[in-house]
Amino acid sequence: MSTTIIDRPEAPVPERGPAVSAGPPRPTLAKRFRAEQLTAWAFIAPVVAYLAIFYAYPLYRNVDLSVRDYTVRSFIDGSAPFVGLANFVAVFQSPTFGPALTNTLLFTGVSILFQFSLGMALAVFFFQNFRLSSTLRALFLVPWLLPLIVSASTWSWMMNSDSGVINSVISSFGGGQVNWLTSPQWALTAVIIANIWIGIPFNLVILYSGLQNISTDIYEAAALDGANAWQKFWRITFPLLRPVSAITILLGLVYTLKVFDIIWIMTKGGPGDASTTFAIWSYQLGFGSTLPSFSPAAAVGNLLIVMALIFGFLYLRVQRKQAQ
Amino acid sequence: MLFPIYWMINVSLTPQSQMRSTPPSWFPFHPTFDGYAAVLQQQLPYLGTSLVIGLGTVLLTVAVSAPAAYSLAKLRPRGGGALSFVLLVAQMIPQVIVAMGFYAIYLNLGILNQPVGLIIADSTLAVPFGVLIFTAFMSGIPDELMSAAKLDGAGTWRTFTSIVLPVSRNSIVTVSLFAFLWAWSDFVFSSTLNSGGDLQTITLGIYRYIGNNNQDWNSIMATAVVASIPATILLVVAQRYVAAGVTAGAVKD
Repeated sequence: MSTTIIDRPEAPVPERGPAVSAGPPRPTLAKRFRAEQLTAWAFIAPVVAYLAIFYAYPLYRNVDLSVRDYTVRSFIDGSAPFVGLANFVAVFQSPTFGPALTNTLLFTGVSILFQFSLGMALAVFFFQNFRLSSTLRALFLVPWLLPLIVSASTWSWMMNSDSGVINSVISSFGGGQVNWLTSPQWALTAVIIANIWIGIPFNLVILYSGLQNISTDIYEAAALDGANAWQKFWRITFPLLRPVSAITILLGLVYTLKVFDIIWIMTKGGPGDASTTFAIWSYQLGFGSTLPSFSPAAAVGNLLIVMALIFGFLYLRVQRKQAQ
Repeated sequence: MLFPIYWMINVSLTPQSQMRSTPPSWFPFHPTFDGYAAVLQQQLPYLGTSLVIGLGTVLLTVAVSAPAAYSLAKLRPRGGGALSFVLLVAQMIPQVIVAMGFYAIYLNLGILNQPVGLIIADSTLAVPFGVLIFTAFMSGIPDELMSAAKLDGAGTWRTFTSIVLPVSRNSIVTVSLFAFLWAWSDFVFSSTLNSGGDLQTITLGIYRYIGNNNQDWNSIMATAVVASIPATILLVVAQRYVAAGVTAGAVKD
């Protein structure tokens, strides 16, 4: 293909960026730049339209919902009086608000703590290339690729009070029966355990790829200085992995805040509001009963978006800092 | 880590009579395939719907995100940086919220409870991810390859379809894989946007099954095993793409 360059010397190779046309009446630079921009935007246009229709508009509808009094009737006859921030006030004053906030923070915080530390331990473990290491690592991805409904229902059955395998193991060690999913003091713990299990592979994969980018020379030098395995991890791996760790944790926060399926399938947020997070609460209000209250649901949802965006912007900042 | 998966398979093979025995049987000594027979009888239409929706989502996602990524990576549009930023933020919006917005819109458009609505909704999970992965990959394609095509007289579109797309095969596999898996596993959108239609997804099938039938764990787990098959196949066939997809989506810009 490169021979054509020699064959046709009259067609200059543009200095930066591919030209749109190099035909005989050569367009002026400005014109060519504009044509290039038009082509570039023609390729982007579908995504821009897509984002506008399928992200911006639903979000706008959601904000609109949250400042009006929408009922099922409103969708049909279009009457929905503007009520300002009344829905938000109602949400803040609701008895569910306190528990939902605590549960969301606990669910997110505890999940991330364990997902990250266990993911890190496994990444370091698999990084020592032993036999079957890569096969096992691939198998460890399965929990993350399974449909959440599958994982959640499997955990539900394992945590079943009477005949679940977990209680059976506990009782064989002399412990009493734990009502994982039906008692207020255990429901949140139960869904957190399941969520940790699901999130470990994601942490494992990212941290593992971070390990691959650390030069082996450093470890060799440390070995010469007589560092033991723990020192190698704590003085070399951990600090060098800090940028990747920051990204992993922030991304985990963004994802975990959104978790809905696992909690809904295992406990529906109950008993009472023992395992209700903001995502669950919003869904409960909007779709959980035969008499949906879309407006408060949208208000809760908007609070959730604000929380997600805070972590999201932190993530972007960290990523930009690292790119520099 | 792998125990719950083992347990799912074990329970799916355990006969109903031994389901509640204490201690539970750790190994299916007398396996039964009743659960799987029940799946085949009752869940096949759900599996079919999920397959159609998954494939539709893949097509829509690739069709929308690949050209945009090509432009972002190679054509240097003004405002491209802002678009990448919007795409990153879009990934942070909870599905529960998007579902609520879609519900209102679909109700007005009359596409509630129809597969096409679900394909669109499911693609919202994959399109921002797809653009970011494609952009990361296409930035790595050498400029010389494209200049050469130009000199041979190929227009931008021609260059895209006959050079960029074939070269990007790996990233197309990665994006398609994730788009399919996410659509296949989706529960939020199917339960809000398609819970009343004739064509329901397998996730909803299982969910209903647990609700109506919460004694019959043998069949529930058999359905769960069957619903996990795509994930397992994809993992075996395309292991390296999975790892590549996660890391590229998270760490690269």
